[in-house]
Amino acid sequence: MGACDKCIVNRGARDQSAGGVEIGPGLTNTDFTVALAGNPNTGKSTVFNNLTGLRQHTGNWPGKTVARAEGVFTHRDRRFKLVDLPGTYSLLAESADEQVARDFILFGRPDCTVVVCDATVLERNLNLVLQVLQITSRVVVCANLIDEANRKRIALEARVLEHELGVPVVPTAARRGQGLDHLTEHIYEICVGKLVPQPVPVEFDAELERAISELATELEREYPGLACARWLAIRLLDGDERVEEAVRSGELAQLVIGQGREDRGYEARLTEGKS
Amino acid sequence: MSRSDEILRRAGELREQVGPGLHERISGALYQQSAAVSHASVRITGKARVDWDLIADKLLTSRWLGYPIMVFGLVAVLWVTIAGANVPSGWLFDGLFWVHDKLEAGFKAAGAPWWLTGFLINGVYRGLAWVVAVMLPPMAIFFPIFTLLEDVGYLPRVAFNLDRVFRWAGAHGKQSLTMAMGFGCNAAGVIACRIIESPRERLLAILTNNFMLCNGRWPTIIMLATIFVAGSFSPVWSSLAATGAVVGVTLIGVVLTFVVCRVLSRTALKGEASHFYLELPPFRRPDVLRVVYRSLIDRTIFVLGRACVVAAPAGGLIWLLGNIHVGDASLMAHLADALRPVGWMMGLDGIILVGFLIAIPANEIVVPTIIMGYLAGSQMTELDVSNTGELFHAHGWTLMTAVCVMLFSLLHYPCSTTTWTIYRETGSVKWTLWANLMPLGIAIVVCIAVANIWRMVG
Repeated sequence: MGACDKCIVNRGARDQSAGGVEIGPGLTNTDFTVALAGNPNTGKSTVFNNLTGLRQHTGNWPGKTVARAEGVFTHRDRRFKLVDLPGTYSLLAESADEQVARDFILFGRPDCTVVVCDATVLERNLNLVLQVLQITSRVVVCANLIDEANRKRIALEARVLEHELGVPVVPTAARRGQGLDHLTEHIYEICVGKLVPQPVPVEFDAELERAISELATELEREYPGLACARWLAIRLLDGDERVEEAVRSGELAQLVIGQGREDRGYEARLTEGKS
Repeated sequence: MSRSDEILRRAGELREQVGPGLHERISGALYQQSAAVSHASVRITGKARVDWDLIADKLLTSRWLGYPIMVFGLVAVLWVTIAGANVPSGWLFDGLFWVHDKLEAGFKAAGAPWWLTGFLINGVYRGLAWVVAVMLPPMAIFFPIFTLLEDVGYLPRVAFNLDRVFRWAGAHGKQSLTMAMGFGCNAAGVIACRIIESPRERLLAILTNNFMLCNGRWPTIIMLATIFVAGSFSPVWSSLAATGAVVGVTLIGVVLTFVVCRVLSRTALKGEASHFYLELPPFRRPDVLRVVYRSLIDRTIFVLGRACVVAAPAGGLIWLLGNIHVGDASLMAHLADALRPVGWMMGLDGIILVGFLIAIPANEIVVPTIIMGYLAGSQMTELDVSNTGELFHAHGWTLMTAVCVMLFSLLHYPCSTTTWTIYRETGSVKWTLWANLMPLGIAIVVCIAVANIWRMVG
């Protein structure tokens, strides 16, 4: 291969295979795992590059992050592994990208998930935020491109948004490095358990709510302490094959709070399956 | 019945109970809540201004203006590249070949044997100087401009415009993004094909990425267009004429991509194009300084480095071929003689084919190899674009030769790095062979056709 090893695209590909093989030292010798989710074109890769100091190529189109990139940053003497997930609009797993992002947030059980949003078109981005919040409460919303929003005279009231979502919101302008120190501080607080967000649930119509809570209760009886029973119930109602499979195989047991978090076997399989 | 089966059964029952449109009700609730949250926390402080994004989108993706704007953009980028690269290329030539003469004189004065001077100075150094002088200026202009277009957000609009054509070709609309990557480097373009989910469409995109001129071939096409096409126009129009020729070659590659995809979609890779969503992202003001810096460091210097790594030994090899004699002629002459009949049929000659063979590791060195092949054994050392033309004319080149070389360069086969990447991405020897033999077959047929028609008409 030789000549093109330095090529940006190849570098990404190699990182990916390394992520799958090197489960021992290096990248995994970290204290916490942080997932970076978000719609395409929100500056996700810029946030990633700025935090990790890596120079992954950024681009203004979907599919730019073909491989799952991983990097490390340090804050308050703790080492955080940052996993850049493919940019997606939703987590309903309708495409390979969405499947990868969702499986990582669900089964990879990151200690914190950062959802990067485009502050200029926040409403469009909230759809993904709400879906992530149904899976995990350990979330920081990064309202990126805040400088551009200001220029377009769009004012974001971060405190109100925090209240509405129930998770911390950090306005950032990643291209200029603004707000990223606040972001890392919030990530740290969530990882060490200093901050325990209480996300606001999504409300459905009464009929749907009844079905969801009944199914969720059944799931919780089978798996006491299940982290996101409500979300799983919704997915089962919707006929999500991947989740049905997880119920059948007993994989859901992994999601019970208090089960060894260091079991990252799933992550390895995920990467292998993808490449 | 196990507990998990019971849960699944209950889920099925409840699904029946909650009624129809479940999926829509779930996403509806999500959208409603998104709207409510956004309404509470976002305020529009300014007056509603003119929505420039919307206007720009309407123009760039309009039915009538979309294509002309794309072609005009291509012409503009290439024209700036060609017109802007001429002068610095000349300076580099003068400077590097001045050093060449000094080095040669120095070696002679120091009493170095003729073969050492020949191998190092007339071989390795000359090859390097050529590649740097020809490639550096156009790349230093082309890459930053292209990266700017990327960063502004124009590429997804191109994908949007071309979607209908891809549908016609039975290929995936996202292929236009992989093609754009191919303009930089085919190996990168092939890897980018991972964004296409369907294996069939992905293979189509991989097999045809070769038809996108990569940075190794831009300089070849630009140089030949400058010498042979621009040469027949007045100075005022010459760079525009050269641009026209380069755009023409580029468009042939694009059109051929669609045709080949369509043929493959109906034969070896049967199937329909699949649907996909593509958001037109908001236009972004790019960080110009950073883009220029990054594309100079990450792409220009890297690509140039790769070219030099290949050019240095290739220069030495060519010098050896030209100076090791077997019987009454050099190795180069023997090789060129053997290839001459095939070359003639395709409107080329033996040396040109030797050039393409030696340049398999990197297309960048095709023209330098040809020139050094012609010069092997001769005393002529000083070269710039104008007497390169004289050299070519002296070896029987006509406009037809130049056109055939440009077409062969566009079509022939991917470089060895790209071939290796194709093998890695497809995991199949068969498709890797296909990716090489199919373009080679097309290149031979096209060149033979062009040469014969040209000779009949002319």
